Order: sequence, then structure tokens, then C-alpha cells
Amino acid sequence: MPTRRLFLQSLGLGACSAAAHPLLLSVTLAASPTLGENRLVVVILRGAMDGMDLLRPVGDPMWRHWRPGLAADDGLPLDGMFALHPDLAALMPLWQAGSLAFVPATSTPYRDKRSHFDGQDMLEAGTGMDVGPGAVRDGWLNRMLQAVPGLQGETAFALGRDAQPLLDGGFPARLWTPDVALDLSAQGRLLLDHIYHDDPLFREAGTQAMELAELGIPEDDGMAGATPGRLRDIDPLVDFAAGRLREATRIAAFSLSGWDTHRAQASAIRQGLQRLTRLVTRMEAQLGPDIWGRTMLLAVTEFGRTVAENGSGGTDHGTGSALLAAGGAVKGGIHGGWPGLEEAALYDRRDLMPLTDLRDWTAGALEGLFGLDRALLEGRVFPGLSMTAAARLLR
Amino acid sequence: MTPEIAAIRFGFGLPAAAGGPGEMLDRLTGRDSGAATFPGAGLADIRADWRAASAARDGVRAGSTSRTDYRAAVRLVQAGAARAVQVDLARAVAAEDGFRDRLVRFWADHFTTESRFLVDAALPAALVEDAIRPHVAGRFSDMLQAATLHPAMLIYLDQVRSVGPASAFGRRRGLGLNENLARELMELHTVGVGAGYRQADIRAAAEVLAGLRADAEAGVRFDGDWAEPGPATVMGRVYSTDNLRAIKDLLGDLATHEDTARHISRKLAVHFVADDPPADLVAAMADAWGRWGNLPAVCRAMLEHPAAAAPPGAKVRQPFDFMAAALRALAVPAEAVLSLGRGRARRAFILPLRAMGQEPFRPGGPDGWEEEAGAWINPQGLAARISWAMAAPAGFGPLPDPRDLLARALGPHADDRLAWAVAAAESRAEGVGLVLSSPAFNRR
Repeated sequence: MPTRRLFLQSLGLGACSAAAHPLLLSVTLAASPTLGENRLVVVILRGAMDGMDLLRPVGDPMWRHWRPGLAADDGLPLDGMFALHPDLAALMPLWQAGSLAFVPATSTPYRDKRSHFDGQDMLEAGTGMDVGPGAVRDGWLNRMLQAVPGLQGETAFALGRDAQPLLDGGFPARLWTPDVALDLSAQGRLLLDHIYHDDPLFREAGTQAMELAELGIPEDDGMAGATPGRLRDIDPLVDFAAGRLREATRIAAFSLSGWDTHRAQASAIRQGLQRLTRLVTRMEAQLGPDIWGRTMLLAVTEFGRTVAENGSGGTDHGTGSALLAAGGAVKGGIHGGWPGLEEAALYDRRDLMPLTDLRDWTAGALEGLFGLDRALLEGRVFPGLSMTAAARLLR
Repeated sequence: MTPEIAAIRFGFGLPAAAGGPGEMLDRLTGRDSGAATFPGAGLADIRADWRAASAARDGVRAGSTSRTDYRAAVRLVQAGAARAVQVDLARAVAAEDGFRDRLVRFWADHFTTESRFLVDAALPAALVEDAIRPHVAGRFSDMLQAATLHPAMLIYLDQVRSVGPASAFGRRRGLGLNENLARELMELHTVGVGAGYRQADIRAAAEVLAGLRADAEAGVRFDGDWAEPGPATVMGRVYSTDNLRAIKDLLGDLATHEDTARHISRKLAVHFVADDPPADLVAAMADAWGRWGNLPAVCRAMLEHPAAAAPPGAKVRQPFDFMAAALRALAVPAEAVLSLGRGRARRAFILPLRAMGQEPFRPGGPDGWEEEAGAWINPQGLAARISWAMAAPAGFGPLPDPRDLLARALGPHADDRLAWAVAAAESRAEGVGLVLSSPAFNRR
């Protein structure tokens, strides 16, 4: 839909990475009978989400000092210290029900260069700085799936044109866009199989293309007319993923871009926040109370943004950011501490100091939800991680 | 290196031009017949339309221009952007060996820009015409300067929003720096993310760049009112911050940095030769860099290395290159590509490229397109290639005999399995589609 895409660009979204990618959303799904009954939904916020705008430290006296423009609005109070961005208002019932949690100052071990591309690699690879960015190509989710016994051969696939490295690696993953038709004669299909036979890359992609073309993807359910156009494209993907999660699927991983708010953040961040909110609320509604009660949704980003506003009403690349967790399986509240915003307390005197390792929270979720073995998590899924008992978000 | 391998690895495929690396380099350093025969639109050509569209946008905001007039102005700049795709394809189809045009695509990707506002739609293509194409057989330092100081880049990477916080304008309005261009200049365009720069160097580079401004009305200029008081130290060198000369000095120093030579030599080798190129190939290219980045010498080192002559197939053609190679193999005249109306060109080229994962001028970020084969040959990308290969060729004229097409498209690189399947196809269209969908044709 070119009109929608150009409309988004005319709103002035950031251009500094995948954040500006016109294809803003993708989802990856994985199923296994050995994972039990709990569900994990990971949302990768690409482009470096400003945790201090999503979860505003209104009780920190320095917050207004660093952010005179962005602090114009106090947001929706959670406790004495933190308040939610007003665009997350629809999540307040979850907070009140104790099903919404935040870790305000966390980060992957990635430090200093603040490159989106390296930061996302590290987020998805789930490795530490001792393994350089890009050196480990497959994602932590994929390594986990390979490590779990009893998996069926074809249990994961992705939607959307946005590649999803989270599931790259040896595990069979698929990429598919609903809008490509593949219409071949039976003979043509046989001949294609024949010419792809000796080339594994083409054989794999060709076979899956033909299978997926037959499988089909759900159409818009007609409810979209009631929502603003820029949010609408989320719904079919969320509904599709929720449908699978109600059945055998246990993990869904979304990729949500649009967080690289180098300028005019007060307006530029709103769409991302609204889309995230919609993803959470629609997922809850589509899963129903029983499944939602066994679900943890985890929204994470590659790194945070500068504590101070920059010259154009935005923020530049930083270090610590917030993690959001929602779902019936979640222990609501604020976790993991707050480093403070005095200049001496900042990382490099400019960024929010991360107090915890983002991988620790993720590993704790995998251990709690799926009963995965700690040695496997520390050894194969997140090489080099030392899990701590404090990093737990499960009820 | 046989002429066929040269054409497949370094051009848009067969038919091949005569000769080896020497002839290919002679053609590269000789006259640019593609630009002469099929002129593109640089800033000078689009300036009036850009200015009119920008003025119309401002007019709509001020209430003095109607939305209808604004939309008409925008349509004009968008038509310019769409036209650039046809020009690029025509040049690729008509090129003797295609090396120059492949290099243009490589460097356009290295210096990626996108338009974020409708009125700027023609800028990315203008940057390629103005700053990339004239320099692919020249010096890297010249290309770096032209690309960095082009309005397309200054707008795309937010330099136009960056103001020295202690400058006159910054103090008056409470504005400050935006690090986006400074960061990508170092991380992507020159020394690379592995180099020894730190956050403080990025900050300092942003201070050197702070005085730059660009807009449709006045073009690119240095404004002392926006400049941060200096000096600033970037990677150990001290620069003043109050003039354009210092910015050019910074760009010159980055262009001549040894990390830049290595970073870019490796990137070229990855693009043209293999995802994991031999270390001695990269070293030979970096050695040929010279002081300012002698690009023909770097290309010579690449073409003359034994790895360049290896059998093709290690890389996958990106969608645009796949499409150009198909049109070339089908002997579609460049004029036919160019003469398609906008709607037909959109259906024949632009929408299929988008489905294949490579919407023109929309790479999705300043790091440009992916190099790895798996980024392109996934179920949806391959399905889009097959769909286009089966259906689109019939739109360009009578279909060739698929067996003749096989010989013309792949020459000595056609395999028996493919020859058998092509002969067994139940229609000309499917036979042609099989040739163009084959691994051999989609690899290089």
C-alpha cells in the first residue's frame, strides 16, 4: 500500500536504520510439544526505543532538567517515581491487575559504539561483548529451539518482508509475504523442483514458497475500518499469531520498527507507542483469558537513547533502556532498580546506566515459562551469561 | 578471467563484451556512454521541481496553496524518481560490459539515502547522478565529499537539524547537535564500525559539521550562525568548526585513513567476489588505495586477482541486477525499457522489485541492501522472481525459443539438468521462466 507508506514518511519518521523501514512489522512463530502450556511473545523494538519516554521517571528531580521539552507532560502515574507515556493509557488496566511490569534501566552487554546494526545483532544473537557483534549469526531463540528435544520439522515461520534474524540459524525458518502469488502449472512446478534439486538454498526456498502459497494467510477480518489506518496493519498479523498461539505455537516474535527518534520525539515516538499498545491489547483480547493467563509478552530494544534531549527535540543513541513485560504470567511492578539521573550516575556521563543485563531477564523468562535448564541457557542459548535469581518477572 | 565470467561477476550477465580485465578497465576509465545516451536527473535538473514542491508544501501550511496544486507538484517529483529506475535499467541493458553501472549501484548503496518527505522524492536519484556516477572511476575522496555535501544526504541523516548548541542560532533558539550524519559518516561511509573511534569523536565530528545547511531554496551552504565554536578533535586531529574548508579537511582525512581503505576494499570484494573474500584479495585492493582512494587501481587489483576468475555462483544477483540481466538476455532494447509509460513501468519493474525485496530507493536504512544470498533467496523473494520470470517477458515482445535463451543467457555456464528441464517445459513462457528462475541465472 504505497499511499500508507508515503503517509508515514511524510510524518517524519527517523531514517537512521531499520527504524525507517517501510515494512514495520513481522512475526515469527515456533511450536513444540515439549515446551509445555506457557506462551512467550517477544517484541523486538528496532531503532533504539527511548525507555525514559515510555516509562517516565517523573520522581527523579533531574528528569525535567535533562528533558525540558519531553518532560512537558507527566504522563499517567504508576507509583511515586514512574509514570506511563499517555499513549500507553490502554495498558493501565493491566497495571492495575498486576499484569504489567517494567525494568527501567537494563541493556544487552553492547556498549559504546551505539550502532543500531551491531546492537540489534547482539540483541538477537544474545551474546556478550566478548563475542563481537556480528560474529554469532544465529539468534538466541533459534539456538533455544535447536537445544530443545522433540521438535517437529516445520514449526516456525515468519511473516512480513522484514528479515527476522532472531530465528536464523539451523532451525527451519520461513519468510513469507502474504501478497506474492505463485501460480504455476503442475509441470512447471515439477520442472522447478528439478532445477532446484542440486542447490540447497534454492531448493529450500522454492519448496517452502510453493507450500506456503497453498497454505494461505488470513484476510483482514473487516474490523480494521474502526481503527486509524497507521495501526491497522498490525491487526492481521497479531490475529494470525494469536490464532497459532491458541493452538500448538508457544513462541511468537514480532519486530516493530519506528523508534529512532532523532528529532521531534514528542510526536515521532507516538506511533511506535500506539502500535506497541495495540499489539499488547489486541493480543490479550485475541488470546482470551485462559491463554493470556499463561502468557508473557516481553518488549525489548537494542539500546536506549541519550538522557538529555538533543538540539532537534529528539534524542541520540544511548545505552540503558526500559523493558516492558505484560501478561497473566507476569509479576507486575517495577523491577531491577533505578540508577538516578545525576550526571555522575550516567553511563559515559550521557546515557542511562544499565543496572541489569537484558539477557538475564529473558533467560529467566525461558527458565520459568518452559522449564529450560540453566546450564543450557547459560551455555548454549546465551553464551557467557551468569543468571541471577533477582531477574525474575514471572508470577 | 573469461569474458563470460567477467560479464556474470562484474556486469549484468551475458552477452559478454570482448577481452579480459584490461579491456574492462579501459572501458571503465573511458567515456561514460551510458550517461551520454540515457541522461539522468541530477540536482540541477530537479531543482525547479523540488523547489516548487517544497514551496507548495509550505503554501499548504500557510493556507496560500491548494492541496490540488500541492499534489500536482508532488506528482512531478515522484515521476522523476520513478523515471530514474527506467534510466538505470536502460543503461544496464545497453552497457557494453556493465561494470561501470554495477559500480554505480555499489556506491549508491554505500552512500544510501532515502527521501522521508514527499517533496524530496527525487533527491536520492539526484545524489547518485551528481555524486556517485562521475566518481566511480576517480577518487574516493571526491566521491565522499560530493555525497556528504549533497542535500539528499544532509536531509536524510538529519544534518539539517543539527545546530551548534553554543552557536548564535543555537543559543537563541535553544537548539543543539544531531549526531546522525557524523555517526554514519564514520561507521558506514569511511573507517567502519571496527575502527578506533569513540563517542567523543562522533560528537566532535558533529561539531565540525554543525554549520551545514541545505534546503530547496538556497541549496547547500555553510552558516556561521549555526556553527559550534571550535576547535574540535576527531580521531586525534584538530579541526576548526567555523568554515566549510575544515569540513572538507575532515572528509579528506577520513578518506585517506587506512581503516577506510580496508573497510571499503573488503566491502567491494564482498559485493563482487564472495561473502567471505580471500584475505589477500582484500589486502591487494587496500594496497592499491593510494592516498585519496584511487578507485580504478582498486578495481584493477580486484579484477586481476585469481579469485575474480573463479567459476561464478558464490553470490546471488540482487533483484535489480536480476531484472537487468533478464532484460539483457531477452534482448529487450533499452529504448523499449525507457519508453514504457509510468503505470506500465510500475507494474513491470517497480512493484515486482518491491515483491522481490528491493523497492528502488527504499533500502530501509543507511546500511543499504543485504549482501548475503539468504536475504534474497527466501520463499517470498524467490516466489516473486519466479512469478516475474514466468509472466513479465511476454510483455516485452515475442518470446524467444527457451533453448536459445538458455544459450544466450548462460553460455558455457548452463548445466545439463537445466537444459533438460527447459526443453521439457510445456510452453514457451514456462521455458523462458525456468531459464530466468534457475539457480545458475540467479547466481553470479
